[in-house]
Amino acid sequence: MATTVLRPAITYRTGLYEWLTTTDHKKIGILYTFNSLIMFLVGGLFALAVRAELAQPGLQFMSEATYNQMFTMHASVMIFWVVIPFLAGFGNYLVPLMIGAPDMAFPRINALSFWLLPLSALIALLGFPLGGAAAEGWTSYSPLAESAFSKGPGTDLWIVALTLVGTSSILGAINFLVTIFKMRAPGMTLFRMPIFVWTMLVTSVLVLMGTPVLTSALIMLYIDRNLGGSFFNTALGGNAILWQNVFWFYSHPAVYIMILPAMGIVSEVLPTFSRKPLFGYKAFIFATAGIGALGFSVWAHHMFTTGTVYLPFFSLMTFLIAVPTGVKMFNWVATMFRGKLRFTTAMLFAVGFLMLFLIGGINGAVLAAVPVDYHVHATYFIVAHIHYVLFGGSMMGVFAGLYYWWPKMFGRKLNETLGKIHFVGIFIGVNLTFFPMHLLGLSGMPRRIADYSATAGWNDLNLLATIGGFTIAVAMLPFLWNIFITLRSGEPAGDDPWEGNTLEWATSSPPPPYNFDHLPPIRSERPVFDLRHAKDVPALPAGH
Amino acid sequence: MATNSTALTTPVAGQGVSRAHGQRGISNPILGMILFITSEVMFFAGLFAAYFNVRLNATQWPPLVNETPFAPFQIHHEILLPAILTMVLVLSSVTMQMGVWAIRRGDRTGFLRNTGITLVLGLIFLIGQIYDYTQLGFGITDTAFGSTFYTLTGFHGAHVLGGAIMLSVVLYRGMAGQFSAKHHDAVEATSIYWHFVDVVWIALFSTLYLL
Repeated sequence: MATTVLRPAITYRTGLYEWLTTTDHKKIGILYTFNSLIMFLVGGLFALAVRAELAQPGLQFMSEATYNQMFTMHASVMIFWVVIPFLAGFGNYLVPLMIGAPDMAFPRINALSFWLLPLSALIALLGFPLGGAAAEGWTSYSPLAESAFSKGPGTDLWIVALTLVGTSSILGAINFLVTIFKMRAPGMTLFRMPIFVWTMLVTSVLVLMGTPVLTSALIMLYIDRNLGGSFFNTALGGNAILWQNVFWFYSHPAVYIMILPAMGIVSEVLPTFSRKPLFGYKAFIFATAGIGALGFSVWAHHMFTTGTVYLPFFSLMTFLIAVPTGVKMFNWVATMFRGKLRFTTAMLFAVGFLMLFLIGGINGAVLAAVPVDYHVHATYFIVAHIHYVLFGGSMMGVFAGLYYWWPKMFGRKLNETLGKIHFVGIFIGVNLTFFPMHLLGLSGMPRRIADYSATAGWNDLNLLATIGGFTIAVAMLPFLWNIFITLRSGEPAGDDPWEGNTLEWATSSPPPPYNFDHLPPIRSERPVFDLRHAKDVPALPAGH
Repeated sequence: MATNSTALTTPVAGQGVSRAHGQRGISNPILGMILFITSEVMFFAGLFAAYFNVRLNATQWPPLVNETPFAPFQIHHEILLPAILTMVLVLSSVTMQMGVWAIRRGDRTGFLRNTGITLVLGLIFLIGQIYDYTQLGFGITDTAFGSTFYTLTGFHGAHVLGGAIMLSVVLYRGMAGQFSAKHHDAVEATSIYWHFVDVVWIALFSTLYLL
């Protein structure tokens, strides 16, 4: 090859047309991010409706039927159109950059994966103007979800929308796996990949193996509702529990799909702002793979009270998940130990993740104990647990990632002062909202109810949770303002504002199309660190 | 885009020219197809799980309708047509593979002939299955037996149709001369998919008719 650098002939398309037709993984990643952010606001409004209704006993703002739609669509939107695509968006933006690739393996399929998301979100939300959205909870249990009990098009639209989201996820997972296995730069061996790439790899395997099973479950439900099938109709030889088995076979691994990439983000942020390598790089990878593998053998812990599952097995496997998760917790703490800590907003969110996810993990282990689960099944304790994992865990990771990689994505730093206000508000709001739910659950308050007795002793805690919910909403305002002013006139970031370790910091901010003109030599999992400190250490002998 | 990827990574001290992007081992489209088939296996696993769950929970199989035996459910008594269709599909897998071997040698005529035969056999299977549906005497609404039978065979049929569409594209591109001994990823990927559809049918036939 000659000394000239070949550049692909790019005819620049402008503005909106470029964004609608792009196959650049970075632009698609940004589209994922903004779509998820918009859906986060939509799902957040549903959550506020739920909290407003529960602030005091009695029905104040909406009918029970509307309330059912609110909590169902809140969960569906947050899971399928916020957390999963937010993290997939980071994956889209970062995986090719981190492994030194010019793009994803299948750029056009990548664009398809994205565009299925707004389309499916519209289909799911179309239920509201068409006589009511899905209202049987995001778990959509039979027989409640059968046509005899859930009339109207809302549930059918929900089924179609989730099938499309699933297709988007599966295509994305195939894309990530081929990209990671086939497109790594020379020297980027598997055990030199950034932890975030590893978490995306394991997540993609979970999506590839789990999501099609959800698709099969949704199709069975669709056939039952619309073609007169009887998969879940016990009277005609079907089995209502079958739904729970096929549904949770996906939806439990889905929890790991929603947390592993967030763990990956935290594992990039903590070392950078501790100025230390991640403690136990390989142990962390094996722990990630362990969580992924164990994830497929624990689905029935959602079904302890059905009486149809072998309790000791599923209880034991669920407890075992705590082992690799604990390994990771010690990895993170040991990474910070004696580090030179810099408490930027990204670091604050990462540390917040450690604290809140620890609570979510411990109360999860509590739920793995069958007798406890019998007591608190389908109470607010479960709601507390899932929100400490998905908000305290996944969303804190997402925010950490946004503050950390925003300078790379747009070339401008988000304002740190506004960021810290955002963090404090979110941290207080999350605890204020979700901690009281533990106590509500232990004292027997069932989830998915619009009203409760004024004498049950739940009034104060519910009011507290509602105040917390609105605190989160208010805390989002400085964040949105921050995005707005940063896009207009943020502080220029430079290529490597945080002194990062991984390859995305070796290119410009934002990176050019196809990412790299030059790649630094990749001799460890921290090639940019090596490059920065190349003069500080004696050269390695050849062959290393 | 593959050429761009090599061109953009320029040599850096201590490293050779990175020509290796996507060049070693299995190609990107074929790996993508194998992963896609993995997800398809899990999709059918979900449907099979439903079938076995329903069947193991039934007191009797085939189940009774209105507490009396229902003659159309005795599908293993009318096994001749499905057995012939099974043969057709297995044969089509053989011709598919012969087509792949032909294009690997660079024998375009043999490749086109075998791909064409595969497509015809696939269509014969589909027509045969539609005819079989009209003869069965029960429908998707007839208890969980009907639901599982038509869902499993129906989704398999849809996959055969998908495979037939892929074969048509391969045939069209082949006739346009787009494949050679070196460049025929689409043929390889389609053949893997076609074999997968065949294997699913063998599992389905064994489960629904023989087990």
